[in-house]
Amino acid sequence: MAEPKTTTIAVRDCNIRLMRGGSGPPLLFLHGSSGAGAWLPFMQALAGRFDVIVPEHPGFGASDTPDWLDTIHDAAYFYLDFLTQLELERVHLVGVSLGGWLAAELAVRDTRRLASLTLVDAAGIYVPGVAQIDTFLRSDQQRIRDFFYDQTRADEMIARLLRPELEDITMKNRIATAKLAWQPRAHDPHLHKWLHRIDVPTLILWGANDRLFPVEYAYAYQQLIPGAKAVIIPECGHIPQVEKSAVFVSELTGFIDGMRIAA
Amino acid sequence: MKFFNFHLMPYRHADLDAIDQNGSAWVTFSNRHYDPQKGAELYHEYLDQMELADRLGFDGVCLNEHHQTAYGMMPIPGVLAGALARSLKRARLAILGRALPLLNNPLMVAEEYAMLDNLMRGRFTAGFVRGIGAEYHAMGINPVTSQERYAEAHDLIVRAWTEPGPFTYEGKHYHFNYVNPWPRPYQTPHPPIWIPSQGSSSTIRWAAQKRYTYAQTLSPIAVVARFFQMYRDEAEKAGYMATPDQLAWSNTIYVAETDAQAMREAKPHLEALVNRFLKMPVEMLLPPGYSNIESMKRVRAAKVTGKISSIEDLNQTGVVIVGSPNTVREKLAEYQDLAGFNTSLTKTQFGTLPDDMTRANMTAIAEEILPHFRNRLPQGKQPAAAE
Repeated sequence: MAEPKTTTIAVRDCNIRLMRGGSGPPLLFLHGSSGAGAWLPFMQALAGRFDVIVPEHPGFGASDTPDWLDTIHDAAYFYLDFLTQLELERVHLVGVSLGGWLAAELAVRDTRRLASLTLVDAAGIYVPGVAQIDTFLRSDQQRIRDFFYDQTRADEMIARLLRPELEDITMKNRIATAKLAWQPRAHDPHLHKWLHRIDVPTLILWGANDRLFPVEYAYAYQQLIPGAKAVIIPECGHIPQVEKSAVFVSELTGFIDGMRIAA
Repeated sequence: MKFFNFHLMPYRHADLDAIDQNGSAWVTFSNRHYDPQKGAELYHEYLDQMELADRLGFDGVCLNEHHQTAYGMMPIPGVLAGALARSLKRARLAILGRALPLLNNPLMVAEEYAMLDNLMRGRFTAGFVRGIGAEYHAMGINPVTSQERYAEAHDLIVRAWTEPGPFTYEGKHYHFNYVNPWPRPYQTPHPPIWIPSQGSSSTIRWAAQKRYTYAQTLSPIAVVARFFQMYRDEAEKAGYMATPDQLAWSNTIYVAETDAQAMREAKPHLEALVNRFLKMPVEMLLPPGYSNIESMKRVRAAKVTGKISSIEDLNQTGVVIVGSPNTVREKLAEYQDLAGFNTSLTKTQFGTLPDDMTRANMTAIAEEILPHFRNRLPQGKQPAAAE
């Protein structure tokens, strides 16, 4: 299998960084608040079966911060343009955390280019009475610790990410995250009204021990999206694609395979 | 030089150990620690101090705005300004300032300030600030929009004061079919506008271009001098010479009979202010987008939020002036000449300083310091920006 390619592409005058690798049906992965970062093992594993497409959102990492980016809705319309420009059809859309919210916002607007939707520990809705961490009052270290069930994994990630040469990127990502998610905090109070419009097979994949968006959020999403299937991964925090990448990959591919059989 | 009595109105009965335990007196420090009986007494005690400042001959008094904190009990400074508007006989009243981006309706500041200007028959000064980072946590306002909202709210307010209404305002953040506030300001074209800041270069440039008085908050005098020079330079670039009246230094002064006595008396109260009431984690002080990446990195690298300051350091570096009447006179004159300001915004109460000591301090300042500076302007040429 070929190595992933990293390129810069322009969508309507906004340059974004794009990693792409593998072959097969297109799988668009929308990253969370920490940016797209590096080509990770779960991407490599998925690239064995899919054309894995990992853009970096406008405002994040090496991508431009366009003047028009104010809300998550702007980002959702951007990705609809992105799908059109890249002429992608039958896309398996996977979004984690902030990217999950973005994927849901995209899907309520238009599913014509989608084959399936997978929301992973996704932001976007509000469930009352569930204790959640205020990530904006956490230090960089604490924030990484909050992601994990297994704290030894957090140590590795702190060593990998909290390096002085990444400070500017980290701050840029924090600003972009705040722009989209500060208020209302990491959700759109109107999104829940429109989730019924999602008419593609949907998987809700969640870490059982997520402290940012606890499992109550998984069940709420499952109830709001018709026919959605929920899978809870035990001993896993907010980022299953990293903390339990093998389970993540097998659940995701199993879901997509099951879809094919059903169809 | 003009002297304004600047009050933060701290909840001075706060349990300092509880603040330490919580890590900050802001946002997350539970209001279970607020006792309304004590709070009510404090409001009256502090308002009495402001009225005393008027009687003692201070040129003005200053209020400001902070939210959800024991650091200051003035979330709505207009309430206290209303209380003072009829009791101040001579002094000006300044609100330094209202935090514009926190407001969803800045037209109400145009109204509030115009009312105060009328009540005060023109002895009112209008301050505009962005609020500190903690306020964006406390008030649920996106810090990334802070500068945009500030600029837009400022423009709307000034237009509301200067253009005959009604007119339509369509901004990015604010939208009004009818801008037509009653009353109009008493002063023409509007109350003087003062801009307090911690020294952002873009704010200094903007204030200089607009000819607004710039007030420098809580900084060593050498830094104050540098920022004031930056203001004069920006004024020159804008085609005019700034006067010392356009520069105000926000400080703390404590006077007692001897230097040693003054330091001893002020120490616990001043250190409570800087090390307890003002302390907060960097994530609270600098939410993402509140300032640009470069200034965020600068503040984070300086680790200002974790530092413990002693009164000796603060006095040595000229953040505050504490000492005998003679020492305070000498230092204030030296600092005025160094930095070139003509207004002193002076906290006479600070941290946990009780009422009797505050009143003694105010009286000493009025008797021993004020008369010597009444007609004093900065002497000599102010040094260039780089020293």
